[in-house]
Amino acid sequence: MVNRPAFSNLLKTIREGKFVFTGELEPEKDFDLNHVLHSAEEMKKTGKIVAANVTDGPQGDAYTCSMVPCYLVQEKVGLEAIWQMTVRDRNRIALFGDILGGAILGLKNLLALTGDHSALGDHQNARAVYDLDSTQLIDLVSKMVDDGTDLEGNEIKGGKPQLNVGCAANPNSNPREPEILKVGRKVEVGADFIQTQTSFDVDDAKEFLKELERYNIPVLLGLFPIKNYGIAWYFNEYIPGVSVPKDFLDALKKTKKIKDKKEKYATIDKINLDFYEPFIKEIKKTTKAAGIHCMAVHYERLFEPLFKDF
Amino acid sequence: MIITKQKDIEEIYEMTKPYSKILVAGCDGCCQPPRSINEAKVLAQMLELKARSEGRDLKWKAITVLRQCDDRIAATTLRPFIEEYDAIVSLACGLGVGMLNRIFPTILTFPAQNSMFGGAENNGENYFVEYCETCGDCLLGVTGGICPMAGCAKNLSNGPCGGQVEGKCEVGGYIHDCAWVKIWERLKKFNRLDLFTIYRPPRNYYLWSSPRYIHIYEPISNEEEPKKEEKI
Ligand code: SF4
Repeated sequence: MVNRPAFSNLLKTIREGKFVFTGELEPEKDFDLNHVLHSAEEMKKTGKIVAANVTDGPQGDAYTCSMVPCYLVQEKVGLEAIWQMTVRDRNRIALFGDILGGAILGLKNLLALTGDHSALGDHQNARAVYDLDSTQLIDLVSKMVDDGTDLEGNEIKGGKPQLNVGCAANPNSNPREPEILKVGRKVEVGADFIQTQTSFDVDDAKEFLKELERYNIPVLLGLFPIKNYGIAWYFNEYIPGVSVPKDFLDALKKTKKIKDKKEKYATIDKINLDFYEPFIKEIKKTTKAAGIHCMAVHYERLFEPLFKDF
Repeated sequence: MIITKQKDIEEIYEMTKPYSKILVAGCDGCCQPPRSINEAKVLAQMLELKARSEGRDLKWKAITVLRQCDDRIAATTLRPFIEEYDAIVSLACGLGVGMLNRIFPTILTFPAQNSMFGGAENNGENYFVEYCETCGDCLLGVTGGICPMAGCAKNLSNGPCGGQVEGKCEVGGYIHDCAWVKIWERLKKFNRLDLFTIYRPPRNYYLWSSPRYIHIYEPISNEEEPKKEEKI
């Protein structure tokens, strides 16, 4: 385990002992990033979100890069970004160059990910790179930040980039043991924090968090408030290994019939609040989780009521 | 074995269209599924039918070679015939096609197969599975004999990626085994999870970049090497 300074507000806040919330922003095939900036503003307004992840080609799709929206969110909105970086599309040379570039732009958090395979995305014939894996990417960041070098030990001129690096962990993986052991390698090479994939099962999440305790680094549990029935249905149908609990799903299904938009939104919000408020309370009370990573893209209206008591 | 898959007949036909006499050569070497004399004959007949449907006359001879990638065997088997033909169609893997093009510089050899991977049949499960990517830096000693380069869709050295569900890989619709779950199972069985948990640093992909050459015959001796005179 490394003892790296907290360069980011995210890590500073966690180390102050506060229970933190992070959000998620998703640039898509966009030339216009206003929707991302708008979401970031909404998150900022709540005063509860300490930083927001910016995704890097989720589902293997060719989307606007992550680095530029990260920079704009920080510069224009004043919300700290968590820069997601996958090893799917870039080799170690490109990764090094990008990390250095992003650090020059003032990005402070990097979340090292393997990334969904390009075979799942909209360019299925692309050559997937995977020159490094996500553990080796953390190793690269550690060398840059701690030693001020690239992977070959060549010195970076003019100082060391100042970044904190996170890794992912999936509570839904089955079997779970190899997943837990894998996280251990990531911590060993220098991960500062963990953000998990989404969980819908509080007991299972607690068990997972308990198992991660052995690594003694902050963990943000991933939660996914759902803003319409279609998304919940998609989750159940197409994302194996994750299932939305039946009661939650059925309640969302009923909202399909509500004609009045305002009433519909209010009902959906209530369903989410009823499900997630006690969930978060339980996690905060009974586990060592450092906070919650809320992946509800474009569902910022829920944040204020959901996080107000924390 | 080199696992191959026959190209679309249209593609093979288009390659051979400029020629009116072709030698169709099977291979009895390691390529799988078998591509021998009968496969060569069937392919030649299909090409002939297509030619006829376009009003063309196509003459052919079907033959097979013990191993097309062996220069001596391939040369002695095919040399008596090549003078009479305009082109060769090979049913071997890319090694065979490359070899025939090299040893017979006066005639073009066209591939009838796509070479897929180095693999074997999966215990009677009716499919071939990839075993080796010939990466040049074998990891099998630390992965319980299961290759994460050939078996993991993301070539991870430090897997799994988190995308596996019930031990199946996220790539390809959760049908195939996740190599890293298999590696974990196997190392656990032998009480060698120490090998699983070690961090494997970035790989040397230079060893995997083409073209690759290896000198076969370096002199071997048990005598001390005479010191080379230093050049000034
Ligand atoms: S699910 Fe397993 S085999 Fe598939 S890409 Fe991930 S680690 Fe590799």
